[in-house]
Amino acid sequence: MKKLLYRHETYVLLVIIVLAIVITAINPSFFTVENLFDLLKSTSLMGTFAIGMLFVLISGGIDMSFTAVATVTGYTIAVLLLKHGDSMNMALVFLVAGGLGILLGMLNAVFIYFFKIPSIITTIATQNIFYGLLTVVSEGKWLYGFPEWFDEFSSIRVFTLYSETGAPYGLSIITVIWFVLLVISWFILKHTVLGRSIYAMGGNIGSAQRAGFNIFGLTLFVYGYMGLMAGIGSVIQALLVQTVAPNSLVGKEMDVIAAVVLGGASLMGGTGSIPGMILGVSLIAILSNGLTLMRVPSQWYEVVIGLVIIISVGVSAYRRKKITRKRVITESN
Amino acid sequence: MRQKISYLSILIVAMIVVMVMMWIFNGNDFMSFNNFQSMGYQLPELGVLSLAMMITMLTAGINLSIVASANLSGIVMAFILTGMVSQEGVVQDSSGVVVLAILAGLLVGILIGFLNGFLIAVVGISPILATLGTSIMIGGISVVITKGYVISGFPKAILTIGNGSFLGIPIPLLVFLICAGVMTVILEKTPLGTRVYLMGSNPIACLYSGVDNKKVIFQTYIISGILSSVAAIIMIARFNSAKADYGESYVLQAVLASVLGGVNASGGFGKVSGLIISIIILQMISSGLNLMGVSNFLTIAIWGIILLLVMVVKFLLEKNSQKRKFS
Repeated sequence: MKKLLYRHETYVLLVIIVLAIVITAINPSFFTVENLFDLLKSTSLMGTFAIGMLFVLISGGIDMSFTAVATVTGYTIAVLLLKHGDSMNMALVFLVAGGLGILLGMLNAVFIYFFKIPSIITTIATQNIFYGLLTVVSEGKWLYGFPEWFDEFSSIRVFTLYSETGAPYGLSIITVIWFVLLVISWFILKHTVLGRSIYAMGGNIGSAQRAGFNIFGLTLFVYGYMGLMAGIGSVIQALLVQTVAPNSLVGKEMDVIAAVVLGGASLMGGTGSIPGMILGVSLIAILSNGLTLMRVPSQWYEVVIGLVIIISVGVSAYRRKKITRKRVITESN
Repeated sequence: MRQKISYLSILIVAMIVVMVMMWIFNGNDFMSFNNFQSMGYQLPELGVLSLAMMITMLTAGINLSIVASANLSGIVMAFILTGMVSQEGVVQDSSGVVVLAILAGLLVGILIGFLNGFLIAVVGISPILATLGTSIMIGGISVVITKGYVISGFPKAILTIGNGSFLGIPIPLLVFLICAGVMTVILEKTPLGTRVYLMGSNPIACLYSGVDNKKVIFQTYIISGILSSVAAIIMIARFNSAKADYGESYVLQAVLASVLGGVNASGGFGKVSGLIISIIILQMISSGLNLMGVSNFLTIAIWGIILLLVMVVKFLLEKNSQKRKFS
């Protein structure tokens, strides 16, 4: 119990509960199954990116290029869908986007590992390269008008309920895809040698190397996995809005990083978990959904989100500082 | 080649290569007084913002709020400038208003710097998260007070800062050079500079040698905030307007420029001279490609490629010199 109180995640959960109560008190339609399913569907995009970011942060790195990677993969599948849409299917779309994402992610890994360029610099550079080149090639054009089957797939529901007015709603296939990714990623991190090696690498890369971990392989995997999530995320984005625009994702990378860090991952590496990450992503999602439901003017969104990030990260940072100080004092006595 | 090649010489070589290439591609259009003068108007914005980024990176921090901070102080200045002008209806006698506006803008920068310093030094949030949070929040405040609109129509005196020249030298460039000069003096000649470098390379050793680390963090982020406001003056004066979301891409570009200029992302190393050359390289690429009629986005891509190339060259040279040492 005492250990639970020290955990950062406990505070995030508390904030979420308080927030949910306040929002429901102001607008009861927040706490309905219908809104919950909607929320889950729209959160899937950030949630998918956040999985990849979690892996990178645990390994002790950071990736600023995933939005640009997702832009490239999203645009590629959009072009393919418009040209050969009739001869393609959903599996192929995921395969192309995911595969391309992995390749671009691994390119980051090569620079980070072989030339020892800090990950933040490598990925700022590749973000500029991927995004710049894509915008030149695409001339900034928006793509839409995808085949019917692509639109239909996005409205598949695993089960369907009907609201009082008769409008159908239910658990979207997009949410299911995110859940599957969450379970696989949780399993990798928690129960495989690979996952535990990523923690070891993030905890202390020098010791991990001497202990015989294959650092190059791990780096390749982590940034490749981030690329895979960026690729899958770009498909989810295309499914959600049925439009691919070159400028819709780049610039939002810090939002995802903030959500993952809110969920307890450290920028120093070595810590973080899937359940924590889900809490962090939920907090941001519930906050923006709640602000809409509470009829807060949209101009205020960023002020509130910025405040919540500062306060919740601040509280846990301040507590950690206090605890380490107490420990130093008691030990020196 | 016994001696270790300094990073600055790599940068100078890169600058010359870029200049010669742009000369070959564009002929004398590139090597003209006009082109260099227009570069002199364009580079100070990113230049001053990069100085604001650089000093925080030297302490092993980062400041993601420079652009949000610049926009808010630009908006505050714009409110004062437009408010006073419309009340009096006279534009000529406005130098007093301009001074007042600039002071208010600088004050905004100082306050934001203080807030960042407080969050990092006292609360203990990591710089990247603290300044991300303040960046989002300050950007939000700017949207709230402007309702998302552009504020424009300033008195002549402030427009001169953005578009005038002194002895043929663009005034924005002069502002940048003054900022760079002051930064050089602070970093090389004052105790604060020594503390900044020391804290960046080893905060614990710094603390035990009697330095008040918290104070250094406060000073660093306040200087960074002031520089952001100076960038804001140049920005609003050049565009004759202020808006909540101008130049958002400058944040990562300022990191890119600083790193290209030799600033170590993990703190402790980097000089103003390197940063100036890196800004010149980036501006020459941008202006040269612009003359060739190439898209701005290709410029961004090439900046990324240059950054990677320089980092790879730096790595290979360091590795080479280490091998020689051991053999």
